[in-house]
Amino acid sequence: MAEIIRTENLQYAYPAEEGEAPFYALRGVDTAIEKGSFVVVLGHNGSGKSTFAKTLNAVLLPAGGKVYVEGMDTLDENLLLAVRRTVGMVFQNPDNQIVANVVEEDVAFAPENLGVPPEEIRRRVDDALAAVGMSEFVTHAPHLLSGGQKQRIAIAGVIAMEPECIVLDEATAMLDPVGRAEVLSTVHRLNREKGITVILITHHMNEAEDADRVLVMDDGKVVMDGPPQAVFTRVEELRSMGLTVPDTVDLMDRLRHHGVDVPLDTLHVEECADAIAAAFQRN
Amino acid sequence: MEPILQIKHLTHTYGIGTPFQRSAVEDVSFDVREGEFLGIIGHTGSGKSTLIQHLNGLLRPTSGQVLLAGKDIWAEPKKIRDVRFRVGLVFQYPEYQLFEETVYKDIAFGPTNMGRTGAELDRCVREAARLVGIRDDQLDKSPFELSGGQKRRVALAGVLAMEPDVLILDEPTAGLDPAGRENLMANIRDYHRNKQKTILLVSHSMDEIARNADRILVLKGSHILMSGAPGEVFARGAELLAAGLDVPQITRIAMALKARGLPIDPAVYTVEALERQLLALRKGGAAC
Repeated sequence: MAEIIRTENLQYAYPAEEGEAPFYALRGVDTAIEKGSFVVVLGHNGSGKSTFAKTLNAVLLPAGGKVYVEGMDTLDENLLLAVRRTVGMVFQNPDNQIVANVVEEDVAFAPENLGVPPEEIRRRVDDALAAVGMSEFVTHAPHLLSGGQKQRIAIAGVIAMEPECIVLDEATAMLDPVGRAEVLSTVHRLNREKGITVILITHHMNEAEDADRVLVMDDGKVVMDGPPQAVFTRVEELRSMGLTVPDTVDLMDRLRHHGVDVPLDTLHVEECADAIAAAFQRN
Repeated sequence: MEPILQIKHLTHTYGIGTPFQRSAVEDVSFDVREGEFLGIIGHTGSGKSTLIQHLNGLLRPTSGQVLLAGKDIWAEPKKIRDVRFRVGLVFQYPEYQLFEETVYKDIAFGPTNMGRTGAELDRCVREAARLVGIRDDQLDKSPFELSGGQKRRVALAGVLAMEPDVLILDEPTAGLDPAGRENLMANIRDYHRNKQKTILLVSHSMDEIARNADRILVLKGSHILMSGAPGEVFARGAELLAAGLDVPQITRIAMALKARGLPIDPAVYTVEALERQLLALRKGGAAC
């Protein structure tokens, strides 16, 4: 399968105060993201996951190594616009991303700036709002919407640019469980139906349950990489990095220590219950 | 003993006389016992924020009463400031409210306003800093040099330094990573255990509430949907789910096991408790 993003020995350092050594937030990340995949990046605060996200559409530029987006080097200034059209970003705080007083104007902001013709903008705005399930709010005032709704408007604003890939940098961190579920189901649908590559940065483990692939970052590097079932079964390693495992995995891990024959890789509640029921009915 | 807080038929209506008139809290009554750790849960729009802003007099009831140690907090409106010293409210994302030049001055702001000075003030500030895990050498730093998690601790210390009888925390762990969440909650549990002060914890996370609170108040659509000990509330897991509320993942596993015919009590909310039930079941099965 074709790849959309490739990083090679990617490094990034935040500028230091005088007399102090710069802080390396990324210390050599080598990875490739496949087109159309749903990738979740986990890590504790300070692990480098948000810095990594910001290098993917040239908000931050590598201090060493390279980031290629569809083969375009993000260090090449001439390609900047093309890179940002390919990879769209959604940030943590919905209130910092809304620029207009009416939902449809907010969503139209990016395509207007890209010089898209008016009738084409109309189509894109309507499509984008439909894609995030917010069509009925087209003439509403964004500040009166809930956090989850605002975040879906922000996603619609990104989709209206028709990017190949969306990066969500802790976009669910400030939302309540309902808002979080709204945003997650929206990006899963965009991934499934429109084939948009999704890179979701989070520290909510359960948001990774349905991902194709999970990257775990620690100390500026990718330390685990694989499907969620494979990553979450590395219980001790995750805990030693200050991360938790889903309660489903925790329970299975404890039962296994007591000699109960259950698998460790049942992430969903229903799978987990099936496996426990099966083990107990065998006895 | 008399409850420390009594909320009696509290109603708060926004925008009276406008087309946007809406009651965010409607005829809500409950008591908070002294020394209790009460969890309040409900999703956005359920009225939790409006409710807690009444408890230290930031909002005045449209009707109904809030009694602090038996006395209506609005009996003498000019003394409402004293109520705010006794009921400390830590807002969401409190780190955005830091403003002083040093961590020490920021923590000292509240107790200074209460009239504390000299050695007494110094004691309050240092003790509050210690409670939230801020080191002495960090007290002279600018709060803006600290990490997000540390800033939040400083903001919390600023309220603790007033030594309030009741501490209200609105989503204290929002936006922190798992280790940060657990550390902060451990600080709050220590404070509760050592000082025996009353705590009200507002959270979206059922897991967090389940692990910490003695009693849970569930709000929905401006009313109290249910209240009780965590076990009692989660025993009604199906109702919570039907109301669009979250239940702890462990409770959902227990419910799913019960649905599969295993004799499991679904009113369980910790991994340890469900593990114990399952292991007991295995032993029982082997004995037969």
